[in-house]
Amino acid sequence: MVTTADRTMAHLPDEDSGKYRVMTIGARVVLYLLALLFAAFAAIPFIWMIITSFKTDQDLYNPNHSPFEFTTPPTLHNYTLLFTSTHYLTFIANTLIVALLVVVITVAAVVPAAYSLTRLAGRWGENLGILIFLVYLVPPTLLFIPLTGVIADINLQNSWWSLVLVYPTFTIPFCTWLMMGFFKSVPWEIEEQAMIDGYTRLGAIWRTVIPISIPGILTIVIFSFTLTMHEFVYALAFVQSSSQKTVSVGVFTELIRGDVYFWQSLMAAAALVALPVALLYNFFLDRFIAGFTLGAVKG
Amino acid sequence: MTAPVYAAPANAPVEPATKQGRFLLEREGVLGPLLLLPAVVYILALVGFPLILAVLYAFSDVTVGSPHITSTKDFVGLANFRVILNDPVFREALRNTIVFTVVSQVIVVVLATILGLVLAEDFKGKRLVRFLILLPWTTPIALSVLGWFWMLDSVYSPIDYVMREVGLLGPHTPFGPARNMYWLGKTNLAQASVIAVHVWRTLPLATVILLAGLSSIPKDIVEAANMDGASYWRTLFKVKLPLLTPIMSVAILFSIIFTFTDLSVSLVLTRGGPVNDTQVIATWAYFKGIQGGNLAQGAAIALFMVPVLVVIAVLMLRLARRTETT
Amino acid sequence: MAVVETRKLTKRFSDEVVAVNEIDLRCVDGEFLVLLGPSGCGKTTLLRMIGGLEQPTSGEILIADRVVNNLPPRARQIAMVFQSYALYPHMSVYENIAFPLKAAKLDKAAQREKIAWAASILGIDELLKRKPRQLSGGQRQRVALARALVREPNVFLLDEPLSNLDAQRRASARDELQVFQKDIGTTTIYVTHDQVEAMGMGDRIAVIDSGHIRQLGTPHEIYEEPADTFVATFVGSPPMNLVPEGDELVGFRPEAFYPITADTPSDTSSVLRVNVINAREEYLGSEKLIYAEVNGIRVVSRLPANVDAGIAEGSSATFGVLRSNLRHFNAETGLRVQPGRVPVLSGAANA
Repeated sequence: MVTTADRTMAHLPDEDSGKYRVMTIGARVVLYLLALLFAAFAAIPFIWMIITSFKTDQDLYNPNHSPFEFTTPPTLHNYTLLFTSTHYLTFIANTLIVALLVVVITVAAVVPAAYSLTRLAGRWGENLGILIFLVYLVPPTLLFIPLTGVIADINLQNSWWSLVLVYPTFTIPFCTWLMMGFFKSVPWEIEEQAMIDGYTRLGAIWRTVIPISIPGILTIVIFSFTLTMHEFVYALAFVQSSSQKTVSVGVFTELIRGDVYFWQSLMAAAALVALPVALLYNFFLDRFIAGFTLGAVKG
Repeated sequence: MTAPVYAAPANAPVEPATKQGRFLLEREGVLGPLLLLPAVVYILALVGFPLILAVLYAFSDVTVGSPHITSTKDFVGLANFRVILNDPVFREALRNTIVFTVVSQVIVVVLATILGLVLAEDFKGKRLVRFLILLPWTTPIALSVLGWFWMLDSVYSPIDYVMREVGLLGPHTPFGPARNMYWLGKTNLAQASVIAVHVWRTLPLATVILLAGLSSIPKDIVEAANMDGASYWRTLFKVKLPLLTPIMSVAILFSIIFTFTDLSVSLVLTRGGPVNDTQVIATWAYFKGIQGGNLAQGAAIALFMVPVLVVIAVLMLRLARRTETT
Repeated sequence: MAVVETRKLTKRFSDEVVAVNEIDLRCVDGEFLVLLGPSGCGKTTLLRMIGGLEQPTSGEILIADRVVNNLPPRARQIAMVFQSYALYPHMSVYENIAFPLKAAKLDKAAQREKIAWAASILGIDELLKRKPRQLSGGQRQRVALARALVREPNVFLLDEPLSNLDAQRRASARDELQVFQKDIGTTTIYVTHDQVEAMGMGDRIAVIDSGHIRQLGTPHEIYEEPADTFVATFVGSPPMNLVPEGDELVGFRPEAFYPITADTPSDTSSVLRVNVINAREEYLGSEKLIYAEVNGIRVVSRLPANVDAGIAEGSSATFGVLRSNLRHFNAETGLRVQPGRVPVLSGAANA
């Protein structure tokens, strides 16, 4: 809009140009105010989290102390406490290994499926792709109860292996859809050429389509990873013992003991996971959104 | 040169059938389904089957203690639904789910439009602002809601502190004389808090989808409107927003699903309290089915989400088909 | 001998869409055969079936006298160059050319030797370390040819390989490609919609329309003796003039249609005289075109630019065409026929 107004202005008599001004100072102020307001609304819980995590007890638990200042010097004590006297590190380790295994399963299932849907399935491939994507919309809160029964039947209750088994149910549908977008952008002729050049179809895929689609595969790796980090419902329903819990559930259930809250350590625990995941997510967000827009917008 | 063409013998050798077997994997009709199989089997086994199981559970008497339907005696017909519907807590949960979803999504539509237009402009620090605005969506929900839980603490809430400092809270003030709001302790405030956190959580998603839509509006359309002398607001309401309707619908359909089926916000923030005032379908299904061990009733409660999900799925399919043809 | 042969080859994409309809085609050793037709005529589908990228609905494909219908592309001893050149973007030029050799499990030394040979033939020795995105269109085309060459195939299949080049580069590439093919002597099937490429390069041309071969012959035959009105109007620019005469269409090439002035007397037994109206001249530098009407039908005459026909805008004039240059077609079927009677044309002048 800005550039348009600029260009238009050149052709207009001077007295008219005020009407087409790029943006008045007032508008700029409003713009910045709005941006600031929204950013504050979004970020304040995290800022509060981080400040809290460095506060001493006597600072934090005095309602007359400003919550946004350090009345006593900041301390790392809460972090030490988190790492030494809680299962936090176990939760982190569990989360990472679950995420890793989920990523492996997801990639192994998604890459062939997405290829098949874009290249081999003809006209119904796209429709089947949309159908698979809709599976992503089946919420965990609808499935967690029957799945609890299934998990018990195969003796995985109370083990993070149950999460490894179940998480691909939402990573596969979404990542298949994303991956289809990537495969569509690889020209068919590249793999046809490889088949002419002496390779089997699978050989051609392995040597041309896969290397060219590395950015796409990386994207689904990141997404299955972050989606796994985000998950809460299944982890809450399936796993009860501390040694098997993942971060989201572990922090929520273990660091809150009855009515006694270790607020600083709790916030430290949340911030330590939330912010790196957010950073990772942010890098690949545009591709994620391209998937969410159902192809209505070219990502 | 009408070349003297040589015709191969009519019975030219065909590659023998044994050799053709080797090329089976080259056939699209064979390779296609084969590659698709793992993903489809996974989804059928762990989404399709549990969905059916959810329905079976809802008509049975299974509990965590005896989670199997072993004979027809385990089927209890509509008994679960009768119990659920007669339970005032469920009715409140159902009402809350609908109210929370509708109110939060109306707010999200308005705010996402404003925020989308703000982020569509160029200004200093835009990348940072974008990162911050996305935080609610990009962080694991259970952890970020924990942050809100602490923000809304009954004694140490920083919001209360600020209100006290500016003279809104405490003795002889508009919200006084109490020194705290007890955000999560009073029905209306707790419900408002849950709605606010839902707005906070889904606003980023709706905004970025909208932004993607905004950037896809052909420049020449907006330029043509500007040439015609349309003001910013006129261009916005007569050109941009109508063009954004389909993409906005996509964004809102997603947001509705995430809000309607959400367990985390109510569970982490209020555990359904005070006295079930923020109970929703998902939390009630969790308390009954998992914590209470009554899988059958839990499944029956969760099934009440299905109609909304079906409607949204149909709307999504329509939108997807429309974007395909254009 | 026939290197490539198709027998009643058919490809149906759906009940309505028949891309290739019972095509019989024989391509002899060392020949440069061009498949020429408008877009969507089925020529690329035909080529892709020969290459094994498309499964025929019915009919047979033979390469070197073997039925290859059930063979995948790699087992057909062919090489193909796509319109886009399909260079592997993640590999260097060297790796691109080595790719088919690796598939053939050639040892490294032999690979190097062969790549050097192909690179020198196509003059791309300097480019071997580059990535495809660092190459110009012409360079890409040569790399694609080099990659096809090292396979030493029975046949080259080329799908519009020049259409991605700009007009100037295309003319020289045409020449290079033809010299290259004659040098190495490999049978080539070349798909194009550009009649200039077809006429200039082909030993024979198969003119294809709606899944049928309309005519198969040398460029000379195609141009001079078109088998039907489709070939007559598709080949030649501007196309052959077609004027109805009873149940026939009388055709003549624009360059065979010239203005008759007082000092070009001609006897009516060998020259057909035609009166035209609404003449209009178009100057094109190297030549000029004169558009006019005969009995409501548009006709075109092509003349060297230095000929002054002396025709004023909108005027009437008398044109002539040698009777031996007239071609006759059945008005209904469009097929070539022997003249049923001596044509006079409604607008013909009585001398």
